[in-house]
Amino acid sequence: MIELKNVSYSYGGGELLSDISLKLAPGSFHFLTGPSGSGKTTFLKLCYMELMATAGSVQVFGRETRGMGRDEIARNRQRIGVVHQDCQFLDHLPLSANVALPLTVCGRDTAVEAANLDDLLSWVGLGNHGQALPAELSGGERQRAALARAVIMSPDVVLADEPTGNVDWEMSKRLLSLLVELNRMGKTIMIATHDLNLIRMAKSQVNARVLRISNRRLQLAGADL
Amino acid sequence: MRLDTNKLIAEIISLLKGDHNSKQVVPPSGFTANLTLFTSAAMAFLAVFALALSLATGRLADRWASELARSSTVRISAPAGQLEAQTRAVVEVLRTTPGVANARVLSEDEQKKLLEPWFGPDLPVDSLPIPQLIEVVENSDGYDSEGLRLRLSAEAPGAVLDDHTRWRKPLVQAANRLRSLGLFSILLIALATGAMITMAAGAALAANAQVIKVLRLVGAQDNYIAKAFVRRFTLRALSGACVGALLAIIAVLFLPSASTEGGFLTGLGFQGWHWLWPFVIPPFAAAAAFFATRRAALRSLRDLT
Repeated sequence: MIELKNVSYSYGGGELLSDISLKLAPGSFHFLTGPSGSGKTTFLKLCYMELMATAGSVQVFGRETRGMGRDEIARNRQRIGVVHQDCQFLDHLPLSANVALPLTVCGRDTAVEAANLDDLLSWVGLGNHGQALPAELSGGERQRAALARAVIMSPDVVLADEPTGNVDWEMSKRLLSLLVELNRMGKTIMIATHDLNLIRMAKSQVNARVLRISNRRLQLAGADL
Repeated sequence: MRLDTNKLIAEIISLLKGDHNSKQVVPPSGFTANLTLFTSAAMAFLAVFALALSLATGRLADRWASELARSSTVRISAPAGQLEAQTRAVVEVLRTTPGVANARVLSEDEQKKLLEPWFGPDLPVDSLPIPQLIEVVENSDGYDSEGLRLRLSAEAPGAVLDDHTRWRKPLVQAANRLRSLGLFSILLIALATGAMITMAAGAALAANAQVIKVLRLVGAQDNYIAKAFVRRFTLRALSGACVGALLAIIAVLFLPSASTEGGFLTGLGFQGWHWLWPFVIPPFAAAAAFFATRRAALRSLRDLT
């Protein structure tokens, strides 16, 4: 799915990630943890090609990202569902249009998929919020809507950046169970979080590997949790 | 920017069909939209007038250059007794001059008419020592005016050849200059329209940076995002230019029609198939908007991964 080999990422101030190697196998479930500012979001951005590695190689679906054209990146993003930390909605569109946005931008007819959209919205518990604007929703509702948008294209991989960042524990549990359910449907899942309780709870439900970024490097954690 | 013609044509067609679902993806922008409409209307209005001006001056230059170039005048001033003899001599000279297609002695009535604007209708022409005029029409080869002058002075000392070039040249030159100025103005208007739309599109793109970022994140290709903006600005420029051009056409219709009394000023406006020209302006403005917006959009997208 996604494979990183000796990847480093540096920006003007210095190196943020160095010498990272990882292979996301189909159907795997990963947590990515580490202190804030350690580069979790950057790591995910390398995976969905918003950032390009400054050294090493990142392969997405078997293709080197550096050699991809802009349209190819766009097409590959349609196969990767991303739950952004700050949701990234279009604030002038109602929730249903926001969730259907990935369909809209790749030219699919949203009217045909209306039934799917309704199913998906009720799956994340937002069945009767379709016409609400994103600003009218609570943090947890927005996070769930973001998850719905991430999976509407039936992607192979779902990357979630602090999906439980500003929701209460009950809502975190619900979001996690949605992600676990997706994993059981065969999706590859990667969740960046610093919520260790969430990780502990997931481990009881699914065979999850825990990766930790510390000192710019990626390590396999797990036993200590 | 690499342009694939087939892709471009497909894009224009999908733009015109209007079945594009990107319409509402970019939030509507009220005020700047009206500014774009207004400016393209104003530009189209100006373009129609610049067009009218250059077409009219072009006609004028052509007419002066061709009609007047073909004709010249011989003026004979001689004492009353000799006038007739000299006239006959001049006609004979003209008849045998190579390059002269036709020489015609103007009748008294015709001369009277020529003088009427200056002296009024009641002028007793016969009682005045008015020179006799002979209208000379050249054939396409033209004649040697220096040689003709020499022969005339030998045969009829009172005859003077006036071949019009002296005063015709600066007029034709002025008309031609006006025409180029008009065409240059049209070029400037086109470029200014492009620049204006580039700026408006740039402002819209900047205002919607967040929207564009989200679209890109959920997998939208550059063309899709660009199209959302291109469509808007193309349609705005088109409708603005339609209104502007239409108003200008109406204004041109109400200009006084061409007449000999009014001179060249009344010849402004369009004649014959030239009326089609102002209708070219709205599609042209739309095309300018299409390319300007497309360029601005693709350029601003390049900064986004």
